[in-house]
Amino acid sequence: MHEWALAEAVISAAAEAADKEGLKRVTEVVIGLGELQQIEDDTFHFALSQLKKDKLVKARFQIEKVKAKMRCRACGNTWIFNIRELDKSMTEAIHFVPEVAHVYVKCPKCSSPDFEVLEGRGVWLLTVKGV
Amino acid sequence: MGKSLLASTLALVLAKKGFKVGLFDLDFTSPSTHLILGIKGPQPIEDKGIIPPQIHGLEYMSIIYYSGNNPAPLRGADVSNALIELLTVVKWGRLDYLVLDMPPGISDATLDLMRLIRNAEFLMVTTPSQLAFETVKKLADLLRELGASVIGVVENMKMTETDSIQRQTKALGLAFLGTVPFDKNLENALGKPDRLLATVFSEKIKLLTSKIENQTSKL
Repeated sequence: MHEWALAEAVISAAAEAADKEGLKRVTEVVIGLGELQQIEDDTFHFALSQLKKDKLVKARFQIEKVKAKMRCRACGNTWIFNIRELDKSMTEAIHFVPEVAHVYVKCPKCSSPDFEVLEGRGVWLLTVKGV
Repeated sequence: MGKSLLASTLALVLAKKGFKVGLFDLDFTSPSTHLILGIKGPQPIEDKGIIPPQIHGLEYMSIIYYSGNNPAPLRGADVSNALIELLTVVKWGRLDYLVLDMPPGISDATLDLMRLIRNAEFLMVTTPSQLAFETVKKLADLLRELGASVIGVVENMKMTETDSIQRQTKALGLAFLGTVPFDKNLENALGKPDRLLATVFSEKIKLLTSKIENQTSKL
């Protein structure tokens, strides 16, 4: 479950952000979660609850999912990518390294693999609230 | 210029010496260490991260586990993101050395590495060609400016007796670690680690390894 490794990185980034803002106790962390990577919500939530410590021990974690939106650099086409269109081995590869989407995904209009992921990639902190 | 061959052989030689060694292929668009080492069989295991497989006594990781043998048309930002992702999720064991095989020259991966792994130490590989050495000079300048640690320079594919690269390396204030001759038998050893370790190339790397051991810090 590499959700654990991502949760570990989120906890560490949130703790760093709390230190930077001078917070003594974090009450809420809102996390952006791109759908490209197909992170399992339950596992990710469970990992966060198990790994939270120190000033984050009472923090509530909220996840906001963002759809994967691509733009083709060759023809300019913009589309929402549905990872369920790919077979299991490809979705698994993208789950671990989202950038290998460039290996398996093509622009639906012109078939170019040269696209950018506008939204919906990775895991990021949206807000860290506390006192 | 033989960076991947040198990195792969160096990792094998260090592992044979009894060190715990990892090899991480960071040349995402043109990975080749899997071909050099004939990597097949065990795959990475998912356990609260990605556990690299143990192959030929090394912990080994490459993007090929996810991209297969397909072309990976990644632009700079994609390379950075993939690098950050893999550095985050790959769980290396307790290692003495983690050998990172980099793309050539000053690349996105090089810049990211300097930003993200502050204690990385750089081993530069050149050929006797002045063209190759000009790239090394630029990289050396950049590494110096950024305060990165440089182990030294290896001159690979040596075919004539000239000390031009050695002199120029010393003039840059860098350690010249030695020369590795052009080895025409190397091609036949690709994909076969035992045969690779028996080449003249490998014998030379073994000699360099002692110097490299003295110049580097173990993890």
